[in-house]
Amino acid sequence: MSLNHHLRHAEAASPEAIPDQQPREPQPRGAKVHGNHPVDHDEAAARFIAAPHHEHMHDSRLWDLRQQRDAQMHGIEEWEELREHASRVKSHTLANLGDYLEQFTAAAQANGVHVHWARDAAEHNQIVHSIMSDHGARSLIKSKSMLTEECGFREYMAGVGIEVIETDLGERIQQLDDEPPSHIVVPATHKLRTDVAQVFARTLGTDPNNSEVHYLAEQQREKTRPLILQADVGMTGANFAIAENGAIAVCTNEGNADLSANVPPLHIASIGIEKIIPRVADLGVFIRLLSRSALGSPITQYTSHFRGPRPGAEMHFVMVDNGRSERLGDETFWSSLKCIRCSACMNTCPVFRRSGGLSYGATYSGPIGLILDPTMNRRKYSKLPYASTLNGSCTNVCPVKINIHEQIFEWRKVMASEHQPAVAERAMMKAAGVVLSNPRAYRAAVAGADRALRVLPQFAVDIPLNPWATPGRETPQAPRETFHEWYRRTDGGRIDTELPASGEDGSGTEEDQG
Amino acid sequence: MSAREEIMAAVRANQPAGDFPLPETVVFPMDERGNRTEFFLHNLGVMGGSELYVVDGLESAVQSAFPDAAVIASAVPELQGNRDLSTVAEQADLHDVDVAVVRAVLAVGETGSVLLADSDIVVNSLVYLAQHLVVLVDPDDIVPGLQDAYLSPEFQQHAYLAFHSGPSATADIEGVLIHGAQGVRTLQVALIPRS
Repeated sequence: MSLNHHLRHAEAASPEAIPDQQPREPQPRGAKVHGNHPVDHDEAAARFIAAPHHEHMHDSRLWDLRQQRDAQMHGIEEWEELREHASRVKSHTLANLGDYLEQFTAAAQANGVHVHWARDAAEHNQIVHSIMSDHGARSLIKSKSMLTEECGFREYMAGVGIEVIETDLGERIQQLDDEPPSHIVVPATHKLRTDVAQVFARTLGTDPNNSEVHYLAEQQREKTRPLILQADVGMTGANFAIAENGAIAVCTNEGNADLSANVPPLHIASIGIEKIIPRVADLGVFIRLLSRSALGSPITQYTSHFRGPRPGAEMHFVMVDNGRSERLGDETFWSSLKCIRCSACMNTCPVFRRSGGLSYGATYSGPIGLILDPTMNRRKYSKLPYASTLNGSCTNVCPVKINIHEQIFEWRKVMASEHQPAVAERAMMKAAGVVLSNPRAYRAAVAGADRALRVLPQFAVDIPLNPWATPGRETPQAPRETFHEWYRRTDGGRIDTELPASGEDGSGTEEDQG
Repeated sequence: MSAREEIMAAVRANQPAGDFPLPETVVFPMDERGNRTEFFLHNLGVMGGSELYVVDGLESAVQSAFPDAAVIASAVPELQGNRDLSTVAEQADLHDVDVAVVRAVLAVGETGSVLLADSDIVVNSLVYLAQHLVVLVDPDDIVPGLQDAYLSPEFQQHAYLAFHSGPSATADIEGVLIHGAQGVRTLQVALIPRS
């Protein structure tokens, strides 16, 4: 097996394999979801941490993505100006969303695209089903789309006898294992290669004892390709919808969205109404930010622009609301609609890295999930806002400058006003207990917490919404480095070096690890 | 009320009030280290692509790079190939192509990307179903950054346009990099001015 360790593009870090364990460590499963009953994140997180090989691979893999993101950021002098531009474009578009939706859909129709509107998930699924019925279509290939996850699209289609094939490798693994994606960009990142070998052996008939990654990826390529060639319909999401020319932009590394959209005679794109940006030129900013924030690569391998159908083919856009127009009117939380689904906040979050995405029991996990999920089901996701240390790192890395950690705190206030504060506090202390009982997790959390103290406003240490704080205490002066950091820097005091000046305290946005 | 009317009414009723002006687009200058072509080729390499050196003509370069290729589909006048793209009935028919040869509309130094347009690649699926992709780039068509590329009028002219930045890739299993996830296994760029 030859791995190129020098390439730093795509989702790649190419770490060494964790040696196969005998007996194999079983993959921890996600949160137990019972209807609308509040999801118990920390119960699932505790089980993930109790699987050390999974927890370690997950943590180090996502931390590597975060570090690659930082390396990209440091290579671009105008990074903060790009974030500011992206943030302002999104705010402007959301504040004028009605006009931009009119402009986008009118342009799309002029380009020959059929435009549909779905109030909610059920309507979205019915629309796609009816387009397929009109064409006598029975099979559908699709690229990864968080919106279709949100809509429960695969489950619906299974119920009406239509075969849906995911073409993204990670998403296909999750489909075959009957699990939702655990991460919005790398859906199977919680699985070890040995887990994938088991799934493929069971579902695709591959060798259960061969967990070599090239073998597994090649098997999926070979088994999926005939399904792509025969599919009646191809489906994609949209990363951006451009009002100016009615086109959508779709970003993938595998090229699977392009296969899905270009090979079958019918292309259906599901588009959240918040995906609009005004101008083609704005893509120059968003595309520069997206993959750098997500995976630390300069751009995804493929960035595709679909403006109209090919001759002889059809293109349909399904504009989906599903709670977005309501969230738009929420004074505190509307700016969460700026999210471009890059996952930077997840990769940097110590709770996410150590608990795995499936422990959230929701379509969207990690910091962004904590603020999106409660808008969809307040009771079911009432405990999620406590799955955070409020360290602010998520806000610092967000390419569209959503104040994620402040919104998490605001959700705690909402939950506290609607539920028993005692319940909230108990949930928080349990989450803390999980981290504090794990030495490595604790050290990382401390390094993050100390640095965060220099930037956190007083609200973050107010009780009872943050039971980690002590009553009546002001924000303490935080040391510039932890003992462990000092020990590493000075080799236990043997090297006499000054701690480099950090400029003005608290202004550093990127170095805080968690 | 139709779904459209209902959604539009809710959106208009709920749009945040306040002053949110649309910022002007500022194109930031790109440090090309003095040589745009080298800058492009370097970043192409970062993304997993490489240069196809053309010494004795394109045909011999392609042949020596892919000695075992049975089906070569060319969308450029510089190379004949042995699959006629003008007679392809279905997109899926190109499943057996070993090497596809196309020309880029433009290329981007910042990311090593090539921009492929539907009118130039003839059959959209060609550049995904082929096992290997060779892209001709005129050095004069290289722009410094993505922001420059998005100012191109091409985006108003084509039904389909795609930036390819290296070959198809995935790292979905434990972060191990694989080239040829679903699309092409290799992408090579030949620097050949437009004739």
